[in-house]
Amino acid sequence: MNRRDILRRSAAAGLLATPAAGLLSGCATSGGGDKNDAETYQGTKSAQNPLGVKEDAPLEVVIFGGGFGEEYAKAHEAMYTEKYPKAKIKHSSTQEISKTLQPRFVDGTPPDVVNNSGSSQIDFNGLVSQNALAGLDELLAAPSLDIPGKTVKDTLLPGAVEVGSYDGKFLVLNYTYTAYGIWHSAKLFADRGWSYAKTWDEHIALCKQIKAAGIAPWTYAGLHPRYMSWPLISTAIKFGGPSVATAIDNLEPSAWKSDSMRAAADAWHQIVKDKYILDGSSGLDHKQSQTAWCQGKAAFISCGSWLESEQKDVTPAGFNMTIAPTPSLGSGDKLPFEAIRGTAGEPFMVPAKARNVAGGLEYFRTMLSKKGAQDFTKKVASLTVVAGATEGVELPYGLSTVVKALDASGANGFNWVYNSFYRKLERNLVDAACGEFFSGRIGPAEFLQQCQKGADSIAQDSSVKKYKRAA
Amino acid sequence: MKHGKWPLIVTFLVPPVLLYVFFVVSPYLQAFQISTTDWLGYSADANPVGLANFKTLWHDDYVWNALKNNAILLGLVPVLTIVLGLFFATMLAMGGRKGSAGVTGVRGGALYRTVYFFPQVLSVVIIALLWKEVYHPNQGLLTSAVHAVGLPAPTWLGDPATAFWCVLAVMVWSNVGFYVVLFGAAMSAVPKEIYEAVLLDGASRFTTLRRVTLPLLWDTVQVAWVYLAIFALDGFILVQLMTNGGPNFSTDVIGVRMYDTAFGSETKFGYASAIGVVMFFLTLSVAVLSLRVGRRERIEYS
Repeated sequence: MNRRDILRRSAAAGLLATPAAGLLSGCATSGGGDKNDAETYQGTKSAQNPLGVKEDAPLEVVIFGGGFGEEYAKAHEAMYTEKYPKAKIKHSSTQEISKTLQPRFVDGTPPDVVNNSGSSQIDFNGLVSQNALAGLDELLAAPSLDIPGKTVKDTLLPGAVEVGSYDGKFLVLNYTYTAYGIWHSAKLFADRGWSYAKTWDEHIALCKQIKAAGIAPWTYAGLHPRYMSWPLISTAIKFGGPSVATAIDNLEPSAWKSDSMRAAADAWHQIVKDKYILDGSSGLDHKQSQTAWCQGKAAFISCGSWLESEQKDVTPAGFNMTIAPTPSLGSGDKLPFEAIRGTAGEPFMVPAKARNVAGGLEYFRTMLSKKGAQDFTKKVASLTVVAGATEGVELPYGLSTVVKALDASGANGFNWVYNSFYRKLERNLVDAACGEFFSGRIGPAEFLQQCQKGADSIAQDSSVKKYKRAA
Repeated sequence: MKHGKWPLIVTFLVPPVLLYVFFVVSPYLQAFQISTTDWLGYSADANPVGLANFKTLWHDDYVWNALKNNAILLGLVPVLTIVLGLFFATMLAMGGRKGSAGVTGVRGGALYRTVYFFPQVLSVVIIALLWKEVYHPNQGLLTSAVHAVGLPAPTWLGDPATAFWCVLAVMVWSNVGFYVVLFGAAMSAVPKEIYEAVLLDGASRFTTLRRVTLPLLWDTVQVAWVYLAIFALDGFILVQLMTNGGPNFSTDVIGVRMYDTAFGSETKFGYASAIGVVMFFLTLSVAVLSLRVGRRERIEYS
């Protein structure tokens, strides 16, 4: 494949593929494409079949072929066919969700279940604003498949529904549960006699000690600097309370320049000023920086709980990676030190125009059963949104620290969703500002100014649908 | 034979032309149409908005920033690539001198040609990943080399001051080999007698290159120019894989902007098509201009 091919293929998946799709559905811009409505599958509802699955209806599942692979999905599909032996399941896996499925969305013939993930996932703002997703409320109200006496909703961890909701409508099932924090090697810390600092002053003192020992205290993914916005915003939320996050999510004017954000940016500027960051970090991508960290060149790195499986191949034995919450700014913090950012991730959706919507929801019910969730955790070493599903499953070291951190955080856990409401804001604008800030080219005031400018530009863009969320 | 001409033409020409119109021309036309809508790409709903997308484009700082970078690429990549390509090709074709009247290449010319051509064999994706490691700020080949001579190395791709030039260097590197071979082929078509005559007249190598080789190669150089100009207006894969336009948009190009608008950070297919239409006209203008400017200096020697 040469460069023109790639450019043509990518930029023109829409432009090139639409003529065919256009012929079928009466052209992209003429607003056709509803002719499949008559052929949707619907069975009769019963206690055994609360979602009304037509038992011989085929089900098509498209899985993102990323870090989790596709074996877990095949297991879920097997569980589904156990209950509906007559249903034929069509399974496929791709890394290019957007390009593969875009023409099918336009055509009005999308698959029944889509794992919309990875770097080429489809922007949710676009999908939701075009009413392309089926509502999942029926699923929440249905009884759990194998946890007696509870509805599906009762079995989910806190925040799992919220993060998939747009204007109060639950549309996206985020299947995994991810914690975001600061990682260190328990082995390195034990060998050197260091212990993780709970306040910012102690953290800076510890950094000084680490640097004196010839190790860089911090490293980060300079080519994806938004990874560092996570601990910074976390620090601000722990200092000023969850309203800091809702203000940012709701694009409130000067949300990024609140006192809490200012205090957090000032604090984090310290590690830049004192040169506590591994030389050259600003030129590393996420894999390169994580690898430098695994090699013991730096002590801390900011990442989500997928870090352990992502680094599986290069982590030395006995490294014992451990997640920890961001340090508290001081005694005035509204949230305790233990509070950590926890959120549901790995989005699954049922397209509104899927032919077997009931089957898609039933497939979700299978995934959210205790059996389905445990099988997932065993296969890919990641937590699911199903509460208590890790019972009796032996977890790898890093993931067990994630479970502990989430338990300790409990009801103090927090999250923000501006990144899924407005993908561009985090991926492009805050990302660029973080790059300038953590490489020391701009100071805290200018950093917040740039982020705010980005948020304002989204707020003023009338072509982007806006969402609000309550505190 | 004459009575069988039309069926033959129809059979062999009409189907390909139809296929071409359907799969190549019609998408372009449709891109024009989509660029006048607010289509978001995941449903069949699109409303015509006239030229609103182009108006937004005109005021979009990020697009202008990307265009500025493309303009710099347009100014430098073809010149650097052609100059280096000509230089290497000349060395290979007539760098060595055998006796008093012979014109030969340097010793091991075939090997050099293979080495120069090597980047062309690799997929662009591999080139991008390879150079990302070369530019690794701590372990990279380049960094180590700079450190070895006792100089401080920048963080290459992590610094807005250097990232763009690093990508530009890779663009030139990955293209030069092809033009060395292209110019080499063109040079071998130049009659040897001309060189022998020039040599007998006592011309220096530089004069030979400037006064004889270059004018005779002008057609080829012109083709190279057009290709490289189109490449410079694109530059998509290398930028996307090496820096994705960062840090702080310092390496952004128009192709990345279009991709990002359609598939990356948002899904605005109408707007992305508008960027594509602008790209189309820019590329077309550059191609037409370079052909026009070049045509006047055409020299015929046969």
